Amino acid sequence: MSFLTLTNIQKSFGTMVAVEDFNLSATKGEFVSFLGPSGCGKTTTLRMIAGFETPTSGTIVLDGGDITYRPPNKRNIGMVFQSYALFPNMTVAQNVGFGLRVRKRPADQIQKRVTELLELIHLPDKANQFPYQLSGGQQQRVALARALAFEPEVLLLDEPLSALDAKIRVSLRQEIRAIQRQLGITTVYVTHDQEEALSLSDRVVVMSRGRVEQIGTPFEIYNFPATRFVASFVGQLNALPATVVDAGSGRLTVGGQEIRVSARIDAPAGSAMSLALRPEMVSLGEGPEGSNRLAGTVADVDFLGAIVRMRIRLADAVIVALDVFNEPTLKLPAVGSSITISFPADGPLVMAPGSEAGSGTSAAA
Amino acid sequence: MSRFGAWWAWAIFIIAALYMLVPLVATFQFSLQQNPTGEAYRYIFNDVKFFAGLGYSFLVAVITIVISLLIIVPTAYWVRLKLPRLRPFIEFMTLLPFVVPPIILVFGLIRSYGRPPLAITSLPHGSDVVLIGAYVVLSFPYMYRAVDAGLASLDVRSLTEAAQSMGSGWPRILLRVIFPNLRVAILSGAFLTLAIVVGEFTIASYLAPWSFAPYLSQLGVFKAWSAAAVSIISFMLTWAAMGILILASRGSAGRVQIAGAR
Ligand SMILES: Nc1ncnc2c1ncn2[C@@H]1O[C@H](COP(=O)(O)OP(=O)(O)OP(=O)(O)O)[C@@H](O)[C@H]1O
Ligand SMILES: [Mg+2]
Repeated sequence: MSFLTLTNIQKSFGTMVAVEDFNLSATKGEFVSFLGPSGCGKTTTLRMIAGFETPTSGTIVLDGGDITYRPPNKRNIGMVFQSYALFPNMTVAQNVGFGLRVRKRPADQIQKRVTELLELIHLPDKANQFPYQLSGGQQQRVALARALAFEPEVLLLDEPLSALDAKIRVSLRQEIRAIQRQLGITTVYVTHDQEEALSLSDRVVVMSRGRVEQIGTPFEIYNFPATRFVASFVGQLNALPATVVDAGSGRLTVGGQEIRVSARIDAPAGSAMSLALRPEMVSLGEGPEGSNRLAGTVADVDFLGAIVRMRIRLADAVIVALDVFNEPTLKLPAVGSSITISFPADGPLVMAPGSEAGSGTSAAA
Repeated sequence: MSRFGAWWAWAIFIIAALYMLVPLVATFQFSLQQNPTGEAYRYIFNDVKFFAGLGYSFLVAVITIVISLLIIVPTAYWVRLKLPRLRPFIEFMTLLPFVVPPIILVFGLIRSYGRPPLAITSLPHGSDVVLIGAYVVLSFPYMYRAVDAGLASLDVRSLTEAAQSMGSGWPRILLRVIFPNLRVAILSGAFLTLAIVVGEFTIASYLAPWSFAPYLSQLGVFKAWSAAAVSIISFMLTWAAMGILILASRGSAGRVQIAGAR
């Protein structure tokens, strides 16, 4: 059953439409991420849930009650900010206890709850320190404890990890997820980092230019992107120019070589299309019977640790990136050598060309 | 830094220090010239008009500070939070007290409030009210800029929203979150205002000739040594105020600028 429901939410700032036609229903205890490029309306949507912005139209329902126009301090929603926003004049314990003092809880209860939360975030000995005496990661954990202390119905996080360095980012996100599971709190998490969204979430909302592109589990988003934008924004992607030979039998040419795809093609012979192919779909060698095979030369080999990424030149401007797992027996081809690569017929998606969904994550450079 | 650069830095520092200190030492020396045992100071401390003038000016200053804090802190906060587009306009307004010379201001005030229909100066304490009003205007640039700089060092919006999301209303946000984090900014604005009000001459000599600066100037005419002594005393008072400011800000060292991410 839906616990948090956003229905037909729209938000304009003057003539600028920041969020359009946004629908989401999250169940109790669910972890939902908003993922999308800068300026796509993630923060604006989150702020409408928190009550800091009022939707131009649409409704927000929390646990059966319409909260669309309820002021933020009457919503019982916890929020964690990118900038931590700890109160500099208060100690860690006072920060964490703030929401409880607002609710006029007795002092001993507040103290008990604060101690409990500081243990939850593994900072029991920092109670009497001031925020400026803590590291960034510790400050953000305190901010999380503060947002959870008063037992809110929903937890909102707006890019909580972007001010931290990479190592802490990964460990803290796992910690956030563990705490979220333990408490079973419904959570909305805003990020522009796809890895964060995919690894944390029960469901991901991919947004672009104020609109929802797709809502689905990380598995669905990655493997069955609903739109060209989702395909190119989430994960690495080769976008190869292709020409339709025969739509009915799924035949196309890429870099002058013919292939066959099982995806449906809605275009007459001779039209230019775009073939979307993930690097991990492509293998070295001829592959099993029925695979599409392409011949090319090795343009470069990039050793990334667990995987090796190669770029294969099929024709002048047509380059395919492919990933192979690194293993001691792997024989890396020399740059400039001729090579055959293959991918299954159900590997690629076929999309209309043009309007390059330029997200910078496309692997075909 | 090169040795030559360090040498220059010291030279400039020493010249600047001399520029500040020589007049002070000269004034001090002058105050003792007539009588090296400090007759000039004794005269001051036996003069009721000195204490009356200083006391009056301090009281006016304190009332001015309280009024301008009550007006400016919530205003500057609200502008930063909700009306950032108004900031250039308000910054322009802070220049106005510099554009209108005090002598013009005081004549304007007397003409407006010295006769019907707004004859405030003829009411009891009427000229005090007009004087304080004028000082609130004069101190506005200093107070606003001090408070605004304090607000700039805080992540005002996130702090406010964090407090709101935890259920806090406006009074608690202002009293528990904003004011405490502006302590140093408020103190420095307050001391600037104090210095301006206590030392202001033009307006005071028309509206309250018994206050400190007019007293000092009259003293200079017929008792120059004692006037020098008063200058030294007021310097001491200013430094004491600075000392308090530094002590007060020490408790929160580093706190002010760490409100945001680092
Ligand atoms: N208060 C506002 N007034 C006018 N326009 C705004 C306001 N807040 C946001 N916008 C606009 O709405 C759009 C969406 O902004 P939003 O902050 O939601 O983006 P975002 O997805 O969070 O981006 P980012 O990843 O950069 O944080 C942007 O084009 C932004 O300029
Ligand atoms: Mg944002």
